[in-house]
Amino acid sequence: MSNEQKPAQEGLFSKKNRRLLIDPMNANNPVTVQVLGICSALAITVKLKPAIVMGLSVIVVTTMANLITSLMRNMIPNRIRIIVQLVVVAALVILVDQVLKAFVYDVSKQLSVFVGLIITNCIIMGRIEAFSLGNTPWKSVLDGLGNGAAYGGILIIVAFFRELLGNGTLLDYPVVEWMGLYDVGYKNNGMMLLPPMALIVVAMIIWVQRAKTPSLIEKD
Amino acid sequence: MKFIQNIFDATRPAVTTGKLKPLYPLYNALETMMFVPDHNAHSGAHVRDAIDLKRTMVTVIFALVPALLFGIFNGGYQHYKALGLLNEAMGWGQFFTLDNFIFGAWKIVPMIAVTYMAGLGVEIYFAGINKHPVNEGFLVSGLLIPMTMPIDMPLWMVAISTIFAVLIGKEVFGGTGMNILNPALTARAFAFFAYPSFMSGDKVWVNTTVEAGQTVVDGFSGATALGQYATTGSTSFGAWDAFLGLIPGSIGETSTLLIVLGGVYLIATGIGSWKIMLGSTLGAVAMGLLFNWAAPHMITESQQQFMSIPFYYHLVFGSWAFATIFMATDPVSAAHTERGKWIYGFLVGFLGIMIRVFNPAYPEGMMLAILFMNVMAPMIDHYVVNANIQQRLKRSKA
Repeated sequence: MSNEQKPAQEGLFSKKNRRLLIDPMNANNPVTVQVLGICSALAITVKLKPAIVMGLSVIVVTTMANLITSLMRNMIPNRIRIIVQLVVVAALVILVDQVLKAFVYDVSKQLSVFVGLIITNCIIMGRIEAFSLGNTPWKSVLDGLGNGAAYGGILIIVAFFRELLGNGTLLDYPVVEWMGLYDVGYKNNGMMLLPPMALIVVAMIIWVQRAKTPSLIEKD
Repeated sequence: MKFIQNIFDATRPAVTTGKLKPLYPLYNALETMMFVPDHNAHSGAHVRDAIDLKRTMVTVIFALVPALLFGIFNGGYQHYKALGLLNEAMGWGQFFTLDNFIFGAWKIVPMIAVTYMAGLGVEIYFAGINKHPVNEGFLVSGLLIPMTMPIDMPLWMVAISTIFAVLIGKEVFGGTGMNILNPALTARAFAFFAYPSFMSGDKVWVNTTVEAGQTVVDGFSGATALGQYATTGSTSFGAWDAFLGLIPGSIGETSTLLIVLGGVYLIATGIGSWKIMLGSTLGAVAMGLLFNWAAPHMITESQQQFMSIPFYYHLVFGSWAFATIFMATDPVSAAHTERGKWIYGFLVGFLGIMIRVFNPAYPEGMMLAILFMNVMAPMIDHYVVNANIQQRLKRSKA
């Protein structure tokens, strides 16, 4: 990157840097455009609370991993870079796991193995490989923040619909019961709790997103 | 008819160029339903054949009518039987009564109306967006969906299942003729997984609403034959009753006789593929006989009992007949090659009976078997076409 030699000329939130943060939200969304990190989107979006916690964990891990690898990028020998990246990510994931266990034990139990599996989340390794190994720390932080938040955002949207329609609650608050829908014969949609429905909800998000942003539609 | 023509002529400017343009698909659908379209082809070669999509669909609807009417009578019959209001000795005199018909129609006609409204609503909306006329693909699905539902299904669940099926099963793939899965079965599968307590068990197949002074007879169980097999390993229904259709079940599935009648009509008119139907029969019989042979070797007693029932029971209980004749033969989602139809049909029957017996959680395996084979159909076609190419290459070399 040519910017690397003259960082002083660029403000912290220059237009280019802001794009790093905003692009993943829509035009380059890791879940709906690059279709990465789908497994966890299926597994932990049954309820909103675990999805929020998972989203936050991934934001922390991507941001920190991007920062650390970016700081080390000139020292890492190219041939062993994957191992170095894995060590960094694994250390961060263990930290996050321990924090979750200490402060939100019940959610950490619901997330179970999926916190540990953040290590294998393609988004994190992808951002390190594609971005932070070749960019300055600040840009890498922005990039990690943007991608983590975009991932967390999708999780929250999916979990919102799955918990509301499948369980009739939001953050365990009985919304549907409060609205009195059960009294008129409404029933929760059990299929929303099954993993296939998470895929269909993600597909619907992709559909809406592409309808709104025509530049994403591939030409045949 | 002239005054209807006048109404259409009067509204034409408004929907073609005027303010009501978004409603053009609806207008077009109604007009072609009322009158033969007057536009003719302008260029190129044309297929001159009376069998267009509309004729195909109407033929299938004709084939469905006997089973549907029987389902309406049976809805009332099962209801009054559960309340002990029937005199068993009178036999068929108790079946084709006005009371039975009115009770069944009271339940089933709204279901059909809701299905058509929900499904056509989605279709017309998409036709408006994609700027093409509404085509007739939903006519059959709209009748098939209620016929696969239990009589007590709440109407809003029918509507949601229909909307899901048309939207996710059909429109996302590009509408009629582009769908991978059978839309009617998609609706049923959605309803089955979304609202299992309304689609399975022994409470939903017979309407047991009691009015003042009425009670449900002692020892009444509303379980279907397959439901009884899955829980107890035996059934209280005879094969003959099941063949005629005097058993609880989804609205359209009970009378094997009338379904087969519809199937004969489909084969005679060339709409339904006899290869798929016969293939599915062979598959079901093969699986049934295989089970009979394997039954003594099973460990649990209930499985032994379920597997040792004669193979022809599988053909009259549950939805085997309905699914084979009306669902598996859907020309869009089935295999397209002639040899592929044999393979597809055989596996539908084979897997359907296998799921039915081995997985008591899904007493009706035909739905899942057909959806699975819908997904596999393009692969079957691919290998059949490739095999043909190889064969001809070999012949040309020799």
